[in-house]
Amino acid sequence: MIDYEWLYILTGGFFVIWALLSARDGKWGNAGFWGLLAASFLLGTHLSDFANGVLILAMVAIAGFGLLKRSDPPTTSPEEREALSEKLGNRLFLPALIVPITAVAGTLLYNYTPFGETGLFAERRETLILFGIGVLVAIAVAMMWLKPPVLAPAEEGRRLLDSIGWAGILPQMLAALGAVFALAGVGDIIGGIAGEVIPRGSVFLTVVVFALGMALFTMIMGNAFAAFPVMAAAIGIPLLVEDYGGNPAVIGAVGMLAGFCGTLMTPMAANFNIVPAALLELKDQNGVIRQQIGTAIPLWLCNVAIIYLGAFLPWN
Amino acid sequence: MNYWPLLGIAIVVIGFALRFNPLLVVVGAALATGVLAGLDLVAVVEALGKAFNDNRYISVTWIILPVIGLLERYGLQQRARAVIANLRGATMGRLLTVYLLFRQITAAIGMKDVGGHPQAVRPLVAPMAEAAAEMSHGTLAEEDREKVLAMSAATDNVGLFFGEHIFFAIASILLIQGVFESYGYPLTPLQLSVWAIPTAICAFLIHGWRIRALDRRLGRAAR
Repeated sequence: MIDYEWLYILTGGFFVIWALLSARDGKWGNAGFWGLLAASFLLGTHLSDFANGVLILAMVAIAGFGLLKRSDPPTTSPEEREALSEKLGNRLFLPALIVPITAVAGTLLYNYTPFGETGLFAERRETLILFGIGVLVAIAVAMMWLKPPVLAPAEEGRRLLDSIGWAGILPQMLAALGAVFALAGVGDIIGGIAGEVIPRGSVFLTVVVFALGMALFTMIMGNAFAAFPVMAAAIGIPLLVEDYGGNPAVIGAVGMLAGFCGTLMTPMAANFNIVPAALLELKDQNGVIRQQIGTAIPLWLCNVAIIYLGAFLPWN
Repeated sequence: MNYWPLLGIAIVVIGFALRFNPLLVVVGAALATGVLAGLDLVAVVEALGKAFNDNRYISVTWIILPVIGLLERYGLQQRARAVIANLRGATMGRLLTVYLLFRQITAAIGMKDVGGHPQAVRPLVAPMAEAAAEMSHGTLAEEDREKVLAMSAATDNVGLFFGEHIFFAIASILLIQGVFESYGYPLTPLQLSVWAIPTAICAFLIHGWRIRALDRRLGRAAR
């Protein structure tokens, strides 16, 4: 049975190659950073928690001292790319579609046909594993069709990886921060505060505090999943459902969506907000968030209205 | 109650505002929060190491970079622009509105992996949006060009967030179901996911309007 460990070894292999190419390029900071990440993928399962922790501290030290640099491996010029795009035509899109099609179609086949009964993949792990398979197929197809130099995929990948830089592991690091926050009881403290500031007797204001708590706590934690259990326990269930008799399905579903509005406005949701700014090589690290605030605030107001009207009015 | 662990949140907010390296800020906040909650430093480092290790699947997605980089070497971004240039009546506003709808609908039927920033936005959506904006408004000032790219990424996020919640077998729905069940309110995933539809419609109208507004603003800037 294929589980995540296989995928981690594959990914570790990619990062080993990137570390070696960085070293060959004389970029020692990059070589150290990606080498440590490779070690985390290849050995993390067998290391102690403390050793994994020290490994993170070393990576953060490299990034913190500004030792991660952009890289510029040899590639085609914009004029050459223009000519190649003309020559190859729309067929260029096909290899790009291999990865999403393998992931999506494979997941559907695995879940809704007898293919799933083979038990080839670990439970609920099939999409990401199929994504990995799709990547290997796409690289193989592109290599056979375009016949670039053997190191081209690794070097082109390194160019993109180094343009993302430290932002590449920020999402994973924030997930780890969330775990430490949970261990330290931050959620309970926030829930306690939110529960105390509620004005008694006003259904509408309670809805507002619930939705505001979801959005703000999501902004702090970087994702609504961490905020939801806390806000549901502090306000959603005891006050809105039990005291005021609101419809639990509306309060749960739309409360979560109020949290998603917070996700649009925080650098803590790095994989949605900070990583794309790096990928698009924007000068403003918060450029994506700036474009989202104008959508997030009116949409949050809509969610307040939907909770109030949907959960309470038909029952009054 | 011990409110000191909240200092970790303050470190995050101040650190991001002062533009320190975010990795330093996050690890600093984690160490401070753990110690202020009364844990010893070794235990905090262990918790951090364990959680980082358990979440490795998040960073697996970077293995797609060689595919994107290789195709870009052969002109994928230029191809994406050429397709738009050959499409009569293509504007940035229409293009991103269509992408928003596409992303919401595919996510709503469980296909949230068809879009995404490394796979779709960088190589395809952003260059297409830029090409369409240039067709209507001429060459863009650098500041405006960045706005178009950022709006492309924003459109992917809005479409995903407010589409996927309609799909009943998604993690967010299962989490809500689990929380309410533990308090004695059994709900079915379908009961929850239908309530994502009103917000999805609002998201389409609001964000669609904002895309058009950006397109109109670029037009005024060009004149």
